[in-house]
Amino acid sequence: MAKNCWKARCAVDNGIARALRGLGQRVTSRIWRLGYASRFFLAILLHSGTALRRLHLTIREIYFTGVLSLIIILVSGLFVGMVLGLQGYDTLQRYGSTEALGVLVSLSLVRELGPVVAALLFASRAGSAITAEIGMMKATEQLSAMEMMAVDPIARVVAPRFWGGVISMPLLAALFSAMGIFGGYLVGVQLIGVDEGSFWSQMQASVDFREDILNGVIKSFVFGIIVSWVAVFEGYDAEPTAEGVSGATTRTVVTSSLAILAADFILTAFMFTGT
Amino acid sequence: MTGVPGVNMSQESLVEIRDLNFTYDERPVLTGINMTIPRGKVVAVMGSSGCGKTTTLRLIGGQLKPTSGTVKVGGQVVHELDAAGLYGLRRRMGMLFQFGALFTDMSVYDNIAFQMREHTDLPEALIHDLVLMKLHAVGLRGAHSLMPAELSGGMARRVALARAIALDPMLIMYDEPFAGLDPISLSIVGELIRKLNDALGASSIVVTHDVQESLKIVDYVYFVSAGKIVAEGTAEEMKHSTVPYVHQFVWGEADGPVPFQYPARPYGEELLESAVRRG
Repeated sequence: MAKNCWKARCAVDNGIARALRGLGQRVTSRIWRLGYASRFFLAILLHSGTALRRLHLTIREIYFTGVLSLIIILVSGLFVGMVLGLQGYDTLQRYGSTEALGVLVSLSLVRELGPVVAALLFASRAGSAITAEIGMMKATEQLSAMEMMAVDPIARVVAPRFWGGVISMPLLAALFSAMGIFGGYLVGVQLIGVDEGSFWSQMQASVDFREDILNGVIKSFVFGIIVSWVAVFEGYDAEPTAEGVSGATTRTVVTSSLAILAADFILTAFMFTGT
Repeated sequence: MTGVPGVNMSQESLVEIRDLNFTYDERPVLTGINMTIPRGKVVAVMGSSGCGKTTTLRLIGGQLKPTSGTVKVGGQVVHELDAAGLYGLRRRMGMLFQFGALFTDMSVYDNIAFQMREHTDLPEALIHDLVLMKLHAVGLRGAHSLMPAELSGGMARRVALARAIALDPMLIMYDEPFAGLDPISLSIVGELIRKLNDALGASSIVVTHDVQESLKIVDYVYFVSAGKIVAEGTAEEMKHSTVPYVHQFVWGEADGPVPFQYPARPYGEELLESAVRRG
């Protein structure tokens, strides 16, 4: 009987030890990976000379990540703005302040929805494409071939894609917000009949360039760094198999989306408290 | 030291590998490798899949560092070079990867011009002439505007070969150049390896398990099995070798030192056990 109890206790202890060991391994591996990603980020910055000196490499990436994302950004911006117009009008009319619809739509967009939603869309459209492209280049030994030709893939492939994303992101967020405001105008003024003069003049009076617009631009710039960093890192670190590339692409979207939302909270807490 | 007849291996060698050991995740991949690649010669490294052939190439190219031992290329110890030194050395090397590894977002022309644009200040007009010259050498001048996706396997391998010789390297490395090719392409690539090596005065290392094609074109062969050199000699010597592994490999025998069966428990024991389980 005592022997059986001892065996059962040993089994429980072993189970706990195994679980703790597994947890420890997972935590250390995550920390190790974060350290590796940080070193990779530093390497990108150190090798950015080539990307910025040979500007055509970066411009090409701005085209692929920025220009080709325009349709999804503009259409999404229009619909988000239209929904804001409808929802905003519904709420504001209860307080008799429908003329403030322009302010509500524009502040929501330039401060929050523009940078965040544009960044989430950018992560899904361009981030995943960057990861898949670099991952496939690794799987088909194109990166190894480049190394063997004495060309650093971080300088030639990674850095231009990173900067392409960082430059595109604020521009896309600005276009998203502009399109959203236009969508709010269409619904609020043209469809529902809110006074056009109030819509624009209140917006002009209430939206501050530094407090609202500039902070929104800073946010989207930070989101651009996050998405581009995650995308190039996941691609470069992907296992060189079809399954590895597919996993890396999924990780790019999930990690960068969560990082965008977390960073948004932190930035908002610093930028907009007490104003 | 053994070597290619008529060549003083120590004085004329371009690549010297001495007591090379390489371990990956505590698993020995290469053990006590000694190889000499003389200047101007084509040397094959043969062995079954996973025996460490490609790892040897990566060690020569400096993509991996040895656990112990040395790899010297042109008198320089590869793993002791800093990044600039290693890139300097690689500019004098060319490598053909197993499936070509052509840059898929560039045309054939741009693939070959890539290194010239990266490493030289040559005017575009001169690069144009050089690219066409390289493509002519592999018989694909007419394909310069095609994209890699439009090429057959054999054509892609020839384009990769033209890219590997873009800067007239002193050493050309081939990783499984014959894999997946039809007989005609196989013969063309084989001939090109020999002709280009002789025309450029370069040295070539061909990592392959295609015995018949490679024995036609190489000067010397190293046979690697389980990370060790088990035999070496000229192509003719290898054809008549009595070393069991070499014999099995050259004549393509299904069973021998490399067993047909993956290691497992005795068959009878396993059958008996399943019969007992079924009652």
